[in-house]
Amino acid sequence: MKRLTTLMLAGSTALFASAAFAQHTHVNVAMQLEPPNLDPTAGAAQAIDSVVYSNIYEGLTRFMSDGSVVPGLAESWDISEDGLTYTFHLRDGVTFHDGTTMDAEDVKFTLDRARAEDSTNAQKALFANIAEVTVIDPLTVQVTLSAPTGALLFNLAWGDAVIVAPESIGEAATHPIGTGAFMFADWVQGDHINISRNPNYWGTPAVLETATFRFIADPTAAFAALMAEDVDVFVGYPAPENLPQFEADPRFQVLVGNTEGETILAMNNAREPFDNPLVRQAVAHAIDRQAVIDGAMYGLGTPIGTHFAPHNPDYVDLTGLSTYDPERSRALLAEAGLPDGFTTTLNLPPPSYARRGGEIIAAQLRAVGIQTEINNQEWAQWLETTFRGRDFGLTIVSHTEPMDINIYANPEYYFQYNNPDLQALMTTLNETTDPARRTELLQQAQTIIAEDYVNAYLFELAVPTVARAGIEGLWLNQPTAAIDLTAVSWP
Amino acid sequence: MIRYTVGRLLSLCLSLIVASMVIFTVVEVVPGDPAAYMLGVNARPDTVAALRAELGLDVPKVQRYLDWTAGMLQGDFGRSYTYRTPVSQMILDRMVVSLPLAVLALALTVVIAFPAGIYAASRRGKLGDAGVMGATQLGVAVPNFWFAMILVLVFAVNLRWVSAGGFPGWGNGVWPGLKALILPAVALALPQAAILARVMRSSLLDMLGEDFIRTARAKGLSRRQALWRHAVRNALIPVLTIIGLQFSFLLAGGIVIEQIFYLPGLGRLIFQAISSRDLIVVESVVMLLVGLVIVVNFAVDLAYALVDPRLRVRA
Repeated sequence: MKRLTTLMLAGSTALFASAAFAQHTHVNVAMQLEPPNLDPTAGAAQAIDSVVYSNIYEGLTRFMSDGSVVPGLAESWDISEDGLTYTFHLRDGVTFHDGTTMDAEDVKFTLDRARAEDSTNAQKALFANIAEVTVIDPLTVQVTLSAPTGALLFNLAWGDAVIVAPESIGEAATHPIGTGAFMFADWVQGDHINISRNPNYWGTPAVLETATFRFIADPTAAFAALMAEDVDVFVGYPAPENLPQFEADPRFQVLVGNTEGETILAMNNAREPFDNPLVRQAVAHAIDRQAVIDGAMYGLGTPIGTHFAPHNPDYVDLTGLSTYDPERSRALLAEAGLPDGFTTTLNLPPPSYARRGGEIIAAQLRAVGIQTEINNQEWAQWLETTFRGRDFGLTIVSHTEPMDINIYANPEYYFQYNNPDLQALMTTLNETTDPARRTELLQQAQTIIAEDYVNAYLFELAVPTVARAGIEGLWLNQPTAAIDLTAVSWP
Repeated sequence: MIRYTVGRLLSLCLSLIVASMVIFTVVEVVPGDPAAYMLGVNARPDTVAALRAELGLDVPKVQRYLDWTAGMLQGDFGRSYTYRTPVSQMILDRMVVSLPLAVLALALTVVIAFPAGIYAASRRGKLGDAGVMGATQLGVAVPNFWFAMILVLVFAVNLRWVSAGGFPGWGNGVWPGLKALILPAVALALPQAAILARVMRSSLLDMLGEDFIRTARAKGLSRRQALWRHAVRNALIPVLTIIGLQFSFLLAGGIVIEQIFYLPGLGRLIFQAISSRDLIVVESVVMLLVGLVIVVNFAVDLAYALVDPRLRVRA
């Protein structure tokens, strides 16, 4: 009898386990913003990449969660001696979700479309050095460059460089067709997007059968949705103040990863008084980074002393150049001929790092005599007046593009830093493919912009993910905006 | 009655034309370019120009206004810049959430407010009246988003009776859809019901002081009979005005509630469209809402005429 009970118990456990398993081939993922459309090659919105990158669309190369670049649809490649010709060998047997074959013609179409005259690719600059794309045979494609481009393989890993097919690109905004491990299923605008496993995937198939992306902008609603177990994973959880509560709850796990977002207090280098390096240095010393991180981000974020991601192996810690020292700051202002300080504008875009951080920074600046007039701006307004119009004294923004130190070589860029030495250095860097030499050049560039106090470098943005306990395979870090579900599984 | 109706109809058309001009001008004047927003900080100027051309933003504004109004007359609201889908389809998709939500909230408002208002008026100065007035005072004072959060915490997080938000669509049956709208409708309805109950009560009390009620009492009706037979119907005129305004508010004013319950309704659409400068969507949705308010007011005007025969003659 006892054996029978055990058997029955074992049986019912097995039944229960399989029922639980059946439920656990689906995951509900939430993020704050809804993508405006689903074509990653025609828009800058990170939400597009969050949904489609790696899940639906793949590029010749791809990012891993640790930021490394690995082969994607290109199995391997050869680089010519002069660094001007890249020959990509494509994987065999790759098909798009509509059944058509992915071959060299599609690669040529994708790259030519992105760099065309009338291209609407948000990152067109990534393709600027490509002179010609030639199809050698269906599985071989040759990319000829006008100048050596050390970052080409890295550039091709971006969501803006994913391979698309001429047959399906017209509908990509609402019905994306890629080569990824998941296929687009349906999109109820304003509510959710469903994706389902691609049975004909060329690589390791996804563990999940289906996944739903939901869009919850309101922090309180985000908290309730997780607590009610309506969503299983929230990437970019918007209320860091609740994280300890989730950490203490055995139903959840909290992952805090890094991003490529250098959050800076940008200064208008072309406008008085910020055209004076002493004033910029005074601003840098007036700021207590840790207070900003603790006050605005509830402790999430790594202090930075230059415009470079701290988790990158080439990073140099230069925070020592701009330690919190209000006395020094006041002395520098006096030396610059502004002993009584001055008044300037501080334009703040919507994210909490800017709005909350801005209040704290305004108080810190006031302590050394710099009065700020805070303007809260919506993104569209910020882009038009602050970014394009360059009508600002100070602004806070997180530069989320990976490896974007080259923006300092563009004197037209909104903070208008014009240093021919750095511009020459970046040109050399572009033409350098030797990794050791690239490291050296990158480190020089970081030091130059830190010593020139171009901007006040605050912290590297962190991304908190709250997930149900036991879910594995989620990206910890966000080297590019992506919620890659291809390896995600329930226990 | 015909002259009255024609007069109201003319005023309706005029309001619609003026509204379309004001909406277009205001939306176009606000700084922010949709193409620049979509392409972000790394976009080159020539890319932004290419996208502007693709979206038809390089066409002169007057021409765009005329195209937009001419399209609307034929039921074509244009194409969204960011979503790249027809705006009329987007509005229809969102209407199937917002309209039932507004109707449900309004029904709840009326169901709560009428009995509460009539009860309070009939118990004037007594404990029941004080109780209703106290409750409505609280209802007017507390904002609907706060109610919404409390409802979510109690019914979704703690009791787990309903989900915290989202909308399953009507395709899965009527009940799952209604279930998703119950909490938002209650949150929307409570403050409105409080307002309406107060209006109902004071309007009734005004009527109870009128001569015709005294006459009714004099011919032998009890206070309660006079209230039900003569006062309630007459008290409905100000109440109808408020209901008309409330319906417009519930339809357009669900923005915050739709954010809290992440419902795919019109409010959320307009919120997203404003932040992404999807001008054509903003213009069309606002125009539609304004149009609805104008039409609802028109309907209320006609309802007055039905309730109050004097209006028919006077006009």
